Amino acid sequence: MSAAIGSARLERAARHARPSARRKQVDRILDGALFGVCAFAALLSGVVILVIAYQVVQGASPAISKFGLGFLFETTWQPNFGVFGAGSLLFGTVVSSFVALAIGAPIAISIGLFLSLLAPAGVRNIIGPLVEMLAAIPSVILGFWGILILAPFVHENLEPWLHDTLGFIPLFGSPETTGASVFTASLILTIMIVPIIASISRDLFLAVPKDVQDGASALGATRWEVVRGVVLPSTASGVVAASLLGLGRALGEAIAVTQVIGAGSAINASLFKTGDTLASRIANQFPGAITGMHKASLFYLGVILLVIGLISNLTAQWIGRRFDYRRMAAR
Amino acid sequence: MTELAFDPAAPLTPSGNLRRRRAFSRAMEYGATGAALFAVAVLGIVIYTVISRGASALSLEFLFTGVPTGIAPAIIGTGLIVAVATAMAMPLGVLIALFVSEFASDRVASASQLALDLLNGLPSIIIGLFVFGLLVDHKTQSGFAGSVALAIIMLPLVARGTQEVLLLVPNNLREAADALGVSRWRAVLTVILPSALGGILTATVLAVARAAGETAPLILLSSVFDGKEVILNVSEATPNIPVMIFQLSEEANPEGFARAWGASLVLISFILFASLAARAAHARSRRKMTS
Repeated sequence: MSAAIGSARLERAARHARPSARRKQVDRILDGALFGVCAFAALLSGVVILVIAYQVVQGASPAISKFGLGFLFETTWQPNFGVFGAGSLLFGTVVSSFVALAIGAPIAISIGLFLSLLAPAGVRNIIGPLVEMLAAIPSVILGFWGILILAPFVHENLEPWLHDTLGFIPLFGSPETTGASVFTASLILTIMIVPIIASISRDLFLAVPKDVQDGASALGATRWEVVRGVVLPSTASGVVAASLLGLGRALGEAIAVTQVIGAGSAINASLFKTGDTLASRIANQFPGAITGMHKASLFYLGVILLVIGLISNLTAQWIGRRFDYRRMAAR
Repeated sequence: MTELAFDPAAPLTPSGNLRRRRAFSRAMEYGATGAALFAVAVLGIVIYTVISRGASALSLEFLFTGVPTGIAPAIIGTGLIVAVATAMAMPLGVLIALFVSEFASDRVASASQLALDLLNGLPSIIIGLFVFGLLVDHKTQSGFAGSVALAIIMLPLVARGTQEVLLLVPNNLREAADALGVSRWRAVLTVILPSALGGILTATVLAVARAAGETAPLILLSSVFDGKEVILNVSEATPNIPVMIFQLSEEANPEGFARAWGASLVLISFILFASLAARAAHARSRRKMTS
């Protein structure tokens, strides 16, 4: 059908293709113009990244020149005394994101396996979009739900149970007075990253050649052994890249984390205590920041976040692209 | 003389080891199915909560009046900010996609792709900080600044989606246009782009759905404490739904919570409706183009 529409359009376009010197000249100019506009737009997207980095570093420059790299390790954050340090926030960011990844990645990869290998087409076409819909829920609503619904549940059921059964591990200390904790934040982050990792890994698993899988089955492998021996090894780097993308998302999430993490300033071994992350601290304090140094320090947090985010994204791209090459070569 | 019992099916019945392997395989299958159901259940719980709590706040008054009875200024504000952002992001995104798929060499295309991916991976709060430094610092907050930030967030989404449909446009069309002596710009604007229009709209709607719920940049760029009046001028700080939900959620005020649930319901209905519609349209146009 589209071919018919396309040919009608072609016919109309071809009517203008009469060769005349003037026409050719006009065409040449317009060709160049269209190319120029498109190239400019593409260039702009690259420039925007550089300008963003410049602007954020610029905003942070007072704090950078005052605190230097020691900012990364300083754990006190007291705006009233002009003392700022990112240590505890870095800790909170890393811990909450990695816990989210530790819970989320296995779930997401399982979902990817279910959607690509187990589910019949009908079920796949319903559950797949539903899982992706999870990524469409705005973080502010997820965070709001997190405070009012998830946090009380975690506080009353999950935390006591984890403390009782796994309390010998310092991660699972005794529950605090409210459910606002690093753990709750990790669970919210888990919800946000699962759909990302799941949909990428589903696509990866779908691309594994069917005959290789059938070959393994014919040799007597069970379904799990096919997954373990064929599907996962051939997609491993792609799955790692997907997890890194999810991690990048978790590291940078500001709003939902701010709402549930409790804005604590101390470094605690227990996940059930309050904490804070880089992004969350910016979202929380930037609107109320009055002194120049406070703002600059928040910008400095942004610089750290930018560097971490770029590193995780670039690594993901790099691994993902290498994977592409290998698959191309195998074909 | 005892006869050795010969069972022809013996090699086919699982012995202990195989039974264990099968059981393990079965367990993993159940685990994967369970994970998928769990994710759907979480979606169900979140949406159910928003609907059940938000429905009681919802009324005509809630949708059409300002604070304290309703959220009309925030609805209109979000609409305005997102519309201005779309007006910036959509043309740029389409141009970038055209560049990558019609003009660029492989090398340049993959560099441009990388830039888009990096832009897509940037935390939205960083984009908020950037636009704050660019437009708001030493001046006042404005809805327009919010639009710029949302446009940066939407740009890679529109570009990526458009690029995908441009890839689906059959190469015959391009070759036929060349063969008929149609100039490049005319082929792109009157043949290729119109064939991809459906996909471009789909990508834009998905980007709008994403931008409508984006909160982090707006907190820095356009946070109004109480949206009493409708503001139609984006050069002022414009009230909007995400910031409103965020502010109400930070106060421990049951009445505010009720309003926040209502606002969440409005926002989530719009987003889910938009992305469902876009998906349906996408699936249809894909079928049409590939068949």
